[in-house]
Amino acid sequence: MTLSPDVDRRFREAAVTLGLVDVGFDIVESPVGELFVAVSDRGLAAISYDTVPDEQLERLGRIAGPCVLRSPRTVDVARRELDEYFEGKRRAFDLTLDLRALPPFTVTVLHELARVPYGETTTYGALASRVGRPRAARAVGTVMNRNRIPIVLPCHRVVGAGGDLVGYGGGLERKTALLTLEGAL
Amino acid sequence: MPSVAIPPFERFYEQHRSEVLRLLRRQLGAQRAEDAFQETFLRALQAYRRLEHGEHLRAWVLTIARNVAIDTRRRTRPGDELVETAAEDGTSAYAELAHLTDGLPAKERAAVVLRYGYDLSYDQIAIALGSSPGAARQAASTGVRRLRRRTLS
Repeated sequence: MTLSPDVDRRFREAAVTLGLVDVGFDIVESPVGELFVAVSDRGLAAISYDTVPDEQLERLGRIAGPCVLRSPRTVDVARRELDEYFEGKRRAFDLTLDLRALPPFTVTVLHELARVPYGETTTYGALASRVGRPRAARAVGTVMNRNRIPIVLPCHRVVGAGGDLVGYGGGLERKTALLTLEGAL
Repeated sequence: MPSVAIPPFERFYEQHRSEVLRLLRRQLGAQRAEDAFQETFLRALQAYRRLEHGEHLRAWVLTIARNVAIDTRRRTRPGDELVETAAEDGTSAYAELAHLTDGLPAKERAAVVLRYGYDLSYDQIAIALGSSPGAARQAASTGVRRLRRRTLS
């Protein structure tokens, strides 16, 4: 039995209008591939290059509530800002972030990461120094690797001490593309 | 015993929407089924945060759908009572209780089956029946008393 797209859409919109959704998500098109984008009542909660994100849905359900529903409207603001970023018209994001359930060290590092300017790069070690833990470059690397909100929290701007790109959760190709877009490469 | 985790609503919705729509079309026709479909999943979504575990979600949502169908018929054709209340549900708990609870009034039957067949809370049953938890408890206990009288007589 096929559900008409219209009936499906009406249900999703009604759910959002009635305030019954804990986390809304949708797929956003971008030059670095499709992005899974999720927004909770507290703000942007996740961006992922994995667009069949069962683990993400489970995780969001655990931390923000089980009413996780695909609903295009909830990510409209984030979608617009991402579009502008990829068109080269936006250098900073004005989105509130939902960083709940993250350890304090992670939150501190992510806040510092958010201050790395568009078009510039920094190193794992420099970021570690800036949070007062100069020997914690490796731990900072782990935080980058587990970053739940890439692009907006610009872990692509963090590179190795020798200038190597080192690694990226979404693959080095994407890291290169983002840094090229920003004119950093 | 660890209870089954509650899946993200999206997964629950994807898993059951076709069957819910099928049931509603059968009971209400294609046109009225569309509104009833939305109503069913909105009721489920409204109650979803209060679920205590993720077991028997299929039985739960089908019961919500059946009751939405009853309400729809009452609204559109007053006095028209739903005859078909049995679930098209192969699980044994339901099958056994469905047999035992044959002939109970629709709400009492649903309350008894969900409470004793599926071990759902009165909160969950209330949402399924579109009533209060108190009324759900009442329906289950009246149903059980009625069954007891029937067994004794």
